[in-house]
Order: sequence, then structure tokens, then C-alpha cells
Amino acid sequence: MESVASARRVTKRFAASAPPALDGIDIEIVAGKMTGLVGPDGAGKTTLIRLLAGLMDADAGEVCALGRPATAADRSAIGYMPQRFGLYEDLAVIENLDLYANLRGLPRSERADSFAKLLEFTDLARFQDRLAGKLSGGMKQKLGLACALVRTPKLLLLDEPGVGVDPVSRRELWAMVRSLTEDGIAVLWSTAYLDEAEKCDTVYLLNEGRMLHAGPPQVMTGKVEGRIVRLAVAAESRRRTLERALDDEAVADGMIQGSAIRLMLRERAEPPSPAGLGVVDAIYEPVSPRFEDAFVDALGGGAPASSALARAYRTIPASDAPAIEARGLTKRFGAFTAADDIRFTVPRGQIFGLLGPNGAGKSTTFKMLCGLLKPSVGTGSVAGHDLRTAAADARQSLGYMAQKFSLYGDLSVRQNLDFFSGVYGLTGARQRAAIERVTEVFHLERYLKDNAIALPLGYKQRLALACAVMHEPPVLFLDEPTSGVDPIVRREFWTHINGLVDKGVAVLVTTHFMDEAEYCDRIALIYRAREIAIGTPDELKARAGAVEATMEDAFIALIEASDAERGREAAAGGRPPRPGEDM
Amino acid sequence: MAAFSLRRFRAMLVKESLQIARDPSTMLIAFVLPLLLLFIFGYGVNLDTARTRVGVAVADGGEAAQSLAGAFAASPFFDVTPARTTAPLKDLLVADRIRGIIVIPQDFGAQVAKGGGDVQVITDGSLPNTASFVAAYAEGVRQNWAAARAGDRGGAAAETIVIASRFWFNPELSSRFFLVPGSIAIVMTMIGTLLTALVIAREWERGTMEAIMATPVGMAEFLATKVVPYFFLGLASMALCTVVGILLFGVPFRGSPFALLLIGSAFLVPALGQGLLISAAFKSQFVASQVALLSAFLPAMLLSGFLYEIPSMPRAIQWVTYLVPVRYLIPPLQTVFLAGDLWGMFLRHIAIMLGFGAVLFALAARANRRRVA
Repeated sequence: MESVASARRVTKRFAASAPPALDGIDIEIVAGKMTGLVGPDGAGKTTLIRLLAGLMDADAGEVCALGRPATAADRSAIGYMPQRFGLYEDLAVIENLDLYANLRGLPRSERADSFAKLLEFTDLARFQDRLAGKLSGGMKQKLGLACALVRTPKLLLLDEPGVGVDPVSRRELWAMVRSLTEDGIAVLWSTAYLDEAEKCDTVYLLNEGRMLHAGPPQVMTGKVEGRIVRLAVAAESRRRTLERALDDEAVADGMIQGSAIRLMLRERAEPPSPAGLGVVDAIYEPVSPRFEDAFVDALGGGAPASSALARAYRTIPASDAPAIEARGLTKRFGAFTAADDIRFTVPRGQIFGLLGPNGAGKSTTFKMLCGLLKPSVGTGSVAGHDLRTAAADARQSLGYMAQKFSLYGDLSVRQNLDFFSGVYGLTGARQRAAIERVTEVFHLERYLKDNAIALPLGYKQRLALACAVMHEPPVLFLDEPTSGVDPIVRREFWTHINGLVDKGVAVLVTTHFMDEAEYCDRIALIYRAREIAIGTPDELKARAGAVEATMEDAFIALIEASDAERGREAAAGGRPPRPGEDM
Repeated sequence: MAAFSLRRFRAMLVKESLQIARDPSTMLIAFVLPLLLLFIFGYGVNLDTARTRVGVAVADGGEAAQSLAGAFAASPFFDVTPARTTAPLKDLLVADRIRGIIVIPQDFGAQVAKGGGDVQVITDGSLPNTASFVAAYAEGVRQNWAAARAGDRGGAAAETIVIASRFWFNPELSSRFFLVPGSIAIVMTMIGTLLTALVIAREWERGTMEAIMATPVGMAEFLATKVVPYFFLGLASMALCTVVGILLFGVPFRGSPFALLLIGSAFLVPALGQGLLISAAFKSQFVASQVALLSAFLPAMLLSGFLYEIPSMPRAIQWVTYLVPVRYLIPPLQTVFLAGDLWGMFLRHIAIMLGFGAVLFALAARANRRRVA
């Protein structure tokens, strides 16, 4: 096999005091193969790709591409798609292609052929005169790929091409790239989605600048073969059962899957007896391991069994009113409808998930319920406070964790805690106690004096959650709380969420990790501003057909059904569907 | 690194031009800002100094006295409060509402008939500058009136000695004349330094820089496409300022367009070099714009000598002005508008500006490395 690019014992440091971004890394990218570069945010993936693209100098070690040092490689034969695609948003699709064709020196005689092929390949032919900035996320991604491919490269470097797009676009993109390897192109695909790693020919797993695994993904997953089991439990008691199971010595990791729990056992350990977990009439069934299981195993096991945060939390009193209610929430911006007649109810002590591609209307719904955006039609309530009449009370009774880092980066951790407890009305001894409590629960002690912006990503997310729960609200809104963090931190978060729900907190959550949707009691699938399905995870999976379907299969099936229905509506004289308008 | 490729250069140039044409903020800086500056400097700054409030007491009801009072009222330098006697006007003067009183005496008509005609001017001596301004301008108005009247009456009566006064240093007009070249300097600084620094920082922020650097494009090709369009944009903006200045504000243009073109082009070299240098050091649009405003815009306003005269600055600040390229733009620019082509002086200043430009470009080329970190 022909090696197209490689790195040998590469080290890269950005600050003398910080740990290195890359620490003695080896990688080999081979022609005609799909090489995966996998790891959570901050693992060093982007740094490694930039080194391979010749955009940086390594501190130590050597980086080669196409037989020369990467910084002196023949760039016309390297296709590189950075995380933000590198498109000029104020240029049209065809103008972007033209620019990259000229920059990469595509012979003029091949131009027409190449463009026609790429436009067909990416299905962008109809949009060639549209400005790149006006494309949907999935279409931008495809155009970014087309620009990287405009002169067939020998090496294709893709930095997190799947991030932020819906599962349908992700699958399409994967299939497109996969077909390129058949022509002998060497592809490096970087991703934070561990399920994508399973489909690569070779996987390099990075964590905090170190290589945890290099080789076929099956070798990695093979290490936990036979240690994964599934246990069907009653839906109401699944959180309690998981907590008990995680408490057991034999269990290394566990998570909820609809109305079942999925456990990873420690090596050579016997599973705890179902009766001991309070489950009757159920037996363990073996399940095939996933790449993520192996990753968690390599990091030494998963989540803590119970949440210290929840233990200290007040019990939310029962109430007749639903904790969260959306009654036909609709938001229009001019002619564009961002959210259309969204309805759901979340009782006390339940997790409700909003799922959907970027731009589908999840955040708009969130903002309306937070009272940050006035609905055009419809209303809602939070903890019994109507949004129209008591928006301020509604806001006071919810804790909100925004999708992007929305704390004060220039304030220290302690100052952020002081500020947010203060704005939620905590003072004096109660304020001090609340701050001490979250400091301990989230292990923030050693960072108290550091500016929030300088925290590692996992701690930023912990601090954001801490700021949202100090005033012990009965309702929590979490917008992509686990985006980008490693699986261990993700499990810790879900342990906290499960614990709080046990205390009666109602949680509204968005996520793009399909396996996390399984933690929800109920899910609404939002697509192109409409609620296309609502139900428990198992119900949604059942509607997708196969019993063994994953949440992602369900998601894709439901979206495709919705598209088909819109197509029929259009044929029947309704509003025509406009592809790409969902952004 | 591959040699400079005309094809890549042209492709990048097309891209940059399309972006300029589609970006409203660029158009705003290049074509709306100059007009705004011209209007502010052309009108706003003048109105403050032009009209002085005075009282005119006309004790004589005759034709001549009324005609002179009319001349005062019509004067662009005075804002007249008319009265029959001086008494109410004295109160106004004491109350600081007017700056002076012009008294046309009872026998004024008779005096004029005899070939004389004096007026009394009372001024507020506590403001000596204003007082002498009022006295001198009042006298000027009277003399012009007398001369015009003599002219009307034909040769016979015109044997009296006529003093034709000319206000060479008319403050209204001279400020307008000087401010138009000043506006050109500011606009070219904005386009050359601020826009250039912003557009490169924007490529960093939007992640396009990374994608571009991963293609065979060379740094020289990249930087050239940032310089060339903004060079022409700067010249276009200068042309707009010049045309509007001449047509709308009546600013004279006594030099040649060729000299103006050379002077403007020479200044754009250091301005663009500074923009490139800033963009190499700061990769966020916010920081780049702050640095450009502080290091280019403010010196152009304060230290170039167009608003505040350099010889009247403290010595230490005068030394600082020697380091500001725009200081060498203002004198030739003012000369080409107001005096004409003085090639000796032009070439000296052009050489200095090009010298600054060479240094800045060398620094920028060193700083703009083809690396993302």
C-alpha cells in the first residue's frame, strides 16, 4: 500500500506552560483508504490536519505529504476542507468553484467536465448561481468538498466535515467521500462522532494530544467484545436501575436506551443479578460493542453512579400545572417561518428532547420558551408562569445553559459564579452555600481564580451547568450541553441530569448525539420548522420499522417520510417544497 | 514555492473585486464617507465663524441711511438686530447678546450728500479679536456700499477716492479650501489602511485564509490581490472628492490632474503597507480596526497638519509628526489645489512617502507568513 502522507513523532506546543497540543504522534495515510482521525474537541485533531496540510511547523518530528515535507508539498494535489469549509459566502457557488479551480491550476480543457461532474455529484447544479452564504449547512459542506476536489487530489484532508449537519446530509457526505477512495484517493476524515470511526478502514484515536489507538476500528472494539449487555426494564424505573447498576463493581459504564439499559462490564466480571437491580422477569442479552465503548474503556470507565449535585438539590414540589408547555408556538421572521405550531407538554420530573438538524427551529423554540423571543402566534408556560403575562417569573424559574459558551470569558470562574448566582437572586449565606456546593460537585476548586475562557472545554461546560443550577430552578433548559466534550464528561452530565430529574426537575434538552436522545422520556422531532413526530424513543424507533433500529435510523426514516409528504402536498397544489430552505 | 502565477493572481483579483462590489460597507467607506466628510467640513465647520451678531441703530430715516442699513443686513458676515436708537442695543451688548453696535447718525443723509458719511462702531473691548473683526468688517461694508453707490451714480460723482478692499484671508473660504485636501487624506487613509487591514482579518475570521493557504497560491499573489483593488479604490475616491470639491464647494484646482494622481498614488503606498502590516499582526477584524483607527486615522486627523497647524504644536509633537506618512501628503495636496504645480516640492514629498512605503511593505512581507499559527 502506498503511503501518501505521514507524521513521525510529531510534537506541537502552543504555549510553554500548557500541555502540548500533540505529543509524539505518528500517523500514516494510505492511498485508496479512509483514515479516521477521531477524538473529542481539544484532542489535537485540527492541529494534526493543519500540520499535514503544511499550514504549520511542528516543534519536533517530521511531517510528509506526497513525498516531500508537508510545508513544501505540491499543494495542487492536496484537497483540504477546513472546519468552516473555506467558502466565500459573498461569492456564488460557481464563482467559488471557479476560484479554486484557478488556484489549483485545473487545466482549462478539463474545467467543463470537472464542474459538471462535481455539480452532479453534490447535487448543486440547480444552485450554481446562489451565493454560498445563502446555502443550507449541508449544501455548504458539499460545496466545500467540491472546492477541495475541483482538481482531483491525491490526498484529501477533511476537518470535521460531519459537524453540525443533520444525519441525512452526514450520510450523503460519507457516501460521497467513500466513493472517492475507490479512485485511489487517500482520505483523512476527522470527526468527534465516534460512530463515524467504526466505518473507517483505519482509525487514529486522539485524546488530549496523545494517540490512544491506531489501527482498524474492529481491533479497538474487539477489546470490549462480549462485555456489552442490554437489559429491558420498566420505563419509569430505568433511571433508578441504571444508577444501581453503575454502583456495582462489575459495571464499567452504562447508559439508557429507550426503555432498556445498556451496560459495559469490567473485564472478566459477571453482571450483577437483575433481581439485585430491582428488575424482575428480565435477562441480559448480549449486544455488539461500539467504538465508543472501547474509547470509554481505554479511558478507564464511564460515569459515576450518582450525582452529588442531585443529592444536595431541593425536591421540587408536585404541582398540577405542567412544568413546561408549548401551545402552538409559531415564529415568523418576515416571510420565513422559523417555528410552526410547536406543541408539547413536559410534566415534572421528565426529560423532553428536541431533535432536529441545525436550523430546523429548535433554538427558536427554546428562545420563545425562555421569553427571549416573542412568539408570532401561540404561547407557552414555564413552571406555571404564562409567557405572555409573566415572562420574568418564567425566566426566574428556569436554569438555562446556552449552546455556545455564554459565560464571561474575562471573569474568573469564581466571579462568574458570583455573578450568575447574584442575577438569579441569591444573596448572603444562601449564595455562599450554593457556590461552595457547585464548586465541589464540579471539581472547580483548582480553577476558581482562572479566567473562564482559559478553561478546558469540559470544565467550561461544567461551569455553564453550575451557573444554570445554583438557584435550584424547577425547570432546566439545556441547549446541546454535551456538544464536543469527551464521552466521559458526557456521561457525567447525564448522571447529573438523571439525578436532577429524580428530584422532580423538568428538563428540556437539545442534542445532536442520537444515542443521547435515548435518555429522554419523550422526544419531538423538529424538521423545517415543523414538529414531524413526537413520542417516546421506543415509539419513534418503532415507527421507523426495524425493531433493532437505532435512533439515527429512526430520525432519517422520519425525515424522509416528511419530505415525501411535503412532496405530495406540493403535487396536490400546496406550497412547493424548496430544497435547502430549511436553514 | 511556485513562481508568481498570473492565472492565480487574476482569479484572486476577480474574487476580491466581486467581494468589494457586493460588500456595502466597502462602498460606504469609499464613496459615502468622502461625501460626508466634505459636507461636514464644507458646511458644518464654516457656519460657526461666518456670522457675527451686531445691532444696527438707524437714527436717520433718509434713503441713504436705509440703503446702508440694508447693506449691513445683506452682509454675509453679520447677523443684524435693527433698532431706531442705540439704547436697546446697548443693553443687548452688555448682556452679551450682540458683539457690536453700528450707529448710522441722524445727519447721515446730509453728510452723504456732501460727499462724506461716517458711521459709528461700538464694540465690546473685552473680546479684542472680535472687536477688531467687527470694526474692520463694518468699515468694509460701508466702503463697499459707498463704492457701489458711487458706481451707480456714474462718473460724475465718482471723483471721491474709492478704496476697494479685498479680504485676502477671508476665514470662511480659506478653511473650506484647506479642508477638501484634508478630506482626501482621511479618505485615502481609511481605504488604504483600514479597509486593507479589515479584509485580510476577515479572511482569517471566516476561515477562508486557511483554505486559500492550502492551495498553491503564494503569499505574494495573495497580498498583491489585496493591494491592487484598494489602490484603485483609493484613487477613485480621491477623484470623487476632487470633483465634488471643485463643483460643489468651488475649491480652485490650480495644479494638474497628473500631479494629483502622482501625489495620491505615492501616498497609497505607505497607507496600504501599513494596512498589510496590521493585518499580519492581528487576525480579528475588531482588533485590526482598532489598531488601524489609532495608528492611521487619528494621526491623519490630528497630526497631519490639515486641522491643526504643525508649527503651532509643541516641539515634541512636531517631531512625532515626521513619522506620520500623511504629514507629507497634506502640503503637496494643498499646493496642487490652491497654488499649482510646484514640482520641486512635490517630488521631495513623493520620495519621502515612497520611502515610508518601502519600509512598511518590507515589514509586512516579513510578517505575513504562510502559516496559520
